[in-house]
Amino acid sequence: MTEMTYAQAARLGLQEEMARDPLVWALGEDLGFEGGMAGQYKGLQAEFGDDRIVDTPISESTIMGAAVGAALAGTRPIAEMRFSDFAMCAVSELVNQGAKARYMFGGQGRVPMVARMPIGIRGGIAAQHSQSPEAWYAHTPGLVVVTPATPADNRGLLKASIRCDDPVVYMEHKGLWGMVGEVDENDQEPIPLGVAATIRSGSDITIVSWAAQVGVAAEAADALAADGISADVIDLRTLYPWDRDAVMNSAARTGRLLVVHEAVRVGGFGGEIAAEVAETLGVPVARLGGERIPIPFSIPLEEAYKIKADRIAARVKRMLA
Amino acid sequence: MPVSSNLANEPARVVEMFRKMLLIRAFEEAAGQAFHDGHVRGSVHQYIGEESIAVGICANLRDDDFLTSNHRGHGHSIAKGAHPRAMMLELFGRVGGTSNGKGGSMHIADFSVGMLGANGVIADGCTISVGAAQAIRLLKQDRIVVNFIGDGGINRGPFMEALNWAKVYELPVLFVCENNQIAASTTTRLVTAGEGIAKRAESFGIPAATIDGNDLFEVDSTTARVVAEIRNGSGPQLIQAMTYRLRGHFAHDPAAYRDPRELEAALGREPMVRTEAWLLENGVGADEIAALKAEVDDEIAGYVDEALNAPWPDGSLAFTDVQDVGAPEYPGEGR
Ligand SMILES: Cc1ncc(C[n+]2csc(CCOP(=O)(O)OP(=O)(O)O)c2C)c(N)n1
Ligand SMILES: [Mg+2]
Repeated sequence: MTEMTYAQAARLGLQEEMARDPLVWALGEDLGFEGGMAGQYKGLQAEFGDDRIVDTPISESTIMGAAVGAALAGTRPIAEMRFSDFAMCAVSELVNQGAKARYMFGGQGRVPMVARMPIGIRGGIAAQHSQSPEAWYAHTPGLVVVTPATPADNRGLLKASIRCDDPVVYMEHKGLWGMVGEVDENDQEPIPLGVAATIRSGSDITIVSWAAQVGVAAEAADALAADGISADVIDLRTLYPWDRDAVMNSAARTGRLLVVHEAVRVGGFGGEIAAEVAETLGVPVARLGGERIPIPFSIPLEEAYKIKADRIAARVKRMLA
Repeated sequence: MPVSSNLANEPARVVEMFRKMLLIRAFEEAAGQAFHDGHVRGSVHQYIGEESIAVGICANLRDDDFLTSNHRGHGHSIAKGAHPRAMMLELFGRVGGTSNGKGGSMHIADFSVGMLGANGVIADGCTISVGAAQAIRLLKQDRIVVNFIGDGGINRGPFMEALNWAKVYELPVLFVCENNQIAASTTTRLVTAGEGIAKRAESFGIPAATIDGNDLFEVDSTTARVVAEIRNGSGPQLIQAMTYRLRGHFAHDPAAYRDPRELEAALGREPMVRTEAWLLENGVGADEIAALKAEVDDEIAGYVDEALNAPWPDGSLAFTDVQDVGAPEYPGEGR
């Protein structure tokens, strides 16, 4: 086991996949010298050449559209968007083209690309650099949506996403770049898409979350444990397809479900999971998500948006009362 | 409104513009320091070394002319008339900031002086400028719109769409491209095809002037002419102002990708030094300049002090100004 950050783990995963498959390449702004926003591409241009780590103009639509074209033409591109907020400049290329090409053309082609677009609050980067639009993409037929929450997952899930023959929206959380965790460098296997991880075991309630909010949910579970309440905490890891079996089995056992995400609650993906569980199992469900406001800049305003552990714990207690 | 193409005959006006440049420089130095001291979060893109462009352009605008800016917007805002006190409070996230702390560095705006906003998304200001110009036409006003864009930004589609549109409808837009030859860590020459921005504009039939952006006099005279023409119905025009970004992309970027000799050479051509040299040659005393600098530094230091001690906004403020219909309610602290 090696300790490394979430960013370093992503770099390792990409490096391994690029070494393994010469068809894998990445394109985006400032990938070469800078090595990406968090060093997740650091040194890879030197190692693999500038036709595999391609520095692009500030042209998001073409970065995404070119990835679609390059995927249709037989390679496995990674379109780096830096922020999911900037990927919004390329939604048509991803949603109208990449997600639908295989279907519209009757299965003649595949789009094995990764649209890499970090989400979330990093602290003080405000309304146009902090959004979590994962539900938009989970809503779009044709797309796989992945949200790693740990360094090991950011290596293993990235590897699986690169090997996936479908277009994958890969959403690292910007607040996790510096998170340190254990990574088994000897185990080169990808982590399968669509398989959740149970990170706390419990019997009173099921808490489902993803990305940076998983850590907050775990913190809440630890606080609840001190009060004699045991929570099953599930990190979904892949939002689409989400691990129904893991969530249903747990919720059937605990009899209650709370979904927590940083993204805005209204229209958030938590609603989908809660509704499915309620329809299938008839157990009580609840959601916690951001209020429907843009992410503000100033500390107390940003704090007012966040879902903290004490709020999660309080919600759980209300459900159990 | 001072419209002059002969700034060299008006030393008093040069002093006034120099003071604005000093104000921007002092603001940016203070903002960078506050960032390093941990008082300002997020990204602070300093305008250091490009002050003559914003000041030379905005000195030729009316208060009611519109301006759209980009991520490097502090200088544009101050030059257009936004108050540095409110801007500093905004960077610190405090009550009294231009957005009461909602926006921060990349979202500074002051609609009272036509400053329609900095922007966190490259080139998105281009299309907004076109829209503001459409409104001007609809309302039969004689305002104009200025859009600041970087040399990296010209490779995004919205820039090309905005150029085309502005020319098709002969809109009163002045595009100002601040060509500092770099976009974050990327040398823009390496990712830009053709002969550059001026040729790009000309291919749409838009007149383009390439000038030394660090020469306050050239910026002023070119802008005076171009603004008068646009106001008289010339349709859109573009000014490419050549300049150099003296600091990193943002305050926490050491710019290690740059050859130090390049920076050294640029320091000799930077606008503060050149404007100051002109003043000294034209009868303004060194003591007068020193006094001006001290006054501006004091002013900015006062704003920093004030910002440090200003109240934080209440969490409930995060829930205001979202929308009228379906406005969110503040759920309170004890959710
Ligand atoms: C659509 C979009 N893509 C990428 C970014 C990230 N970004 C912020 S500033 C910048 C470089 C801009 O360079 P330039 O336009 O030359 O302006 P300068 O910083 O040199 O003033 C980049 C890539 C962004 N803000 N928006
Ligand atoms: Mg530039």
